[in-house]
Amino acid sequence: MSTAICVEHLAYTYPGVDDTPGVAVFKDLNLSVEKGSFVAVLGGNGCGKSTLAKHFNSILLPCGGKIYAFGMDTSDPEKLIAIRRTVGMVFQNPDNQIVANVVEEDVAFGPENLSISSPEIRKRVDQALKQVGMYEYREHAPHLLSGGQKQRVAIAGIIAMEPSCIVLDEPTAMLDPRGRREVMQTISRLNQEKGITVILITHHMDEAAQADRVIVLHQGQVAADGTPKQVFSQVELLHSIGLAAPETVELCYTLNKLGYDMPLDRLSAEECAQILYEKVKV
Amino acid sequence: MLKDITLGQYFPGNSFIHRLDPRTKLIFLVVFIVALFLAVNWISYGLMLVFLLACICISRIPAKSFIRGMKPLIMILAFTAILNLFFTQGETVLVSFWGITITLEGVIRAVFMLVRILMLIASTFLLTYTTSPISLTDGLESLLGPLKKIKVPVHELSMMMCIALRFIPTLIEETDKIMAAQKARGADFESGKLMERVKALVPILVPLFISAFRRADELATAMECRCYQGGDGRTKMKLLRYKLRDFKAFSAAALLLAAIIVLRNFGL
Repeated sequence: MSTAICVEHLAYTYPGVDDTPGVAVFKDLNLSVEKGSFVAVLGGNGCGKSTLAKHFNSILLPCGGKIYAFGMDTSDPEKLIAIRRTVGMVFQNPDNQIVANVVEEDVAFGPENLSISSPEIRKRVDQALKQVGMYEYREHAPHLLSGGQKQRVAIAGIIAMEPSCIVLDEPTAMLDPRGRREVMQTISRLNQEKGITVILITHHMDEAAQADRVIVLHQGQVAADGTPKQVFSQVELLHSIGLAAPETVELCYTLNKLGYDMPLDRLSAEECAQILYEKVKV
Repeated sequence: MLKDITLGQYFPGNSFIHRLDPRTKLIFLVVFIVALFLAVNWISYGLMLVFLLACICISRIPAKSFIRGMKPLIMILAFTAILNLFFTQGETVLVSFWGITITLEGVIRAVFMLVRILMLIASTFLLTYTTSPISLTDGLESLLGPLKKIKVPVHELSMMMCIALRFIPTLIEETDKIMAAQKARGADFESGKLMERVKALVPILVPLFISAFRRADELATAMECRCYQGGDGRTKMKLLRYKLRDFKAFSAAALLLAAIIVLRNFGL
């Protein structure tokens, strides 16, 4: 079975403060992620995207149901370290995940925790920094880097542990467009060249469009699941849960409402321009 | 405004002193300070001074930075000198006015104290100028390692120091932002009496603390995700290893200490 993450009947309720009842995020969620795939998880605020991500490497434990990461039960305390070195996690704010005040020392932090020998750590740190294109900055202080660079250092810190899967929780939310592009390119490259399973939590539609598969969460349930083309052509569904489709799809959708007949699965600007050109020519 | 604060004051370089093991430098500093307090006469002071100046030359750190570093300490230096000048009992009276007498012994003592404190500060600066904060922390952790046996949390302390150093620039930046935000809402930090100014700091400190706690929470989760489980079983990428140059430095320190002790006991 080539499943990376398998979620079975997940139920999770945030504990309430004092006597107030907790907030139920998931009641019965099922999904699975194939090894080597690039999955984007979309959803509005409070739909449980980040809560779900934290279940993948035992930061949160399910109240009901089971989660298996590469066959390991995430609620088994003995598997904790094995799970965390297999499923790495990158968060939104790069500043709050960098531990050391030299780039390479920070990347070494993960491997150092895994009791790996010094020469091997050195090798992994160099490789990880080269993979994210930050090798020239290895002796810099992290606070002098740009947001995109810091986030790439954070990613290097995770891949130096050689995980099979990386979960990224809105890694581009605090970055400018250039930083976003740098981070997205790095993620795609890791997925394609190293075969690392990528689970990208985002609310940018254009980022989700780069994935192999898009899962839309709404009120703790899977609202849509499929290739980006399949998911984004369901424009009404996306609108009904407060999300927008990528701009190109929105354009075609609006044209359709005006009586034209446009396909809704053109996700890139080039594809959209091409179809518009063809329609105009006729 | 706050960005001007340089922390750790490390001057990157590649001199003999820069390349020494941080532990060597720490031990060296301790030996130097002990020698400084054992030194009692001009010859030994001269020897120490020559030694220190030689070290500064080898480190290729501009003398200007030492002088700049001393500036905030002028008050303490002046205070020490004046106290010694006025309150040393002696026989050879130089000047006497308004019931205050300045004796020759007092002048000598004041100069001695001044030179001693200056050398103390300069030698400490030499350590922090030539050693990056992170290797200093590593060195301390390694030197204090034996204390683990009596349950002193050495690794945890050094981890805390490392994180503190890492977050100082981040928090300074954050303070700047909060100050700008409060100024934009009409807060006034520059005028008023002392108490008013102190009160004006509250709207800066409260958000700063809240954000620091939030950061701590996120950092802890991120560290857990990277398999942090405390100091046990942790390995290091950069291992500290004594090299030939460290033994040279140790020999120099030992010779210096021996010379000072000889000078002290034989009153040469």
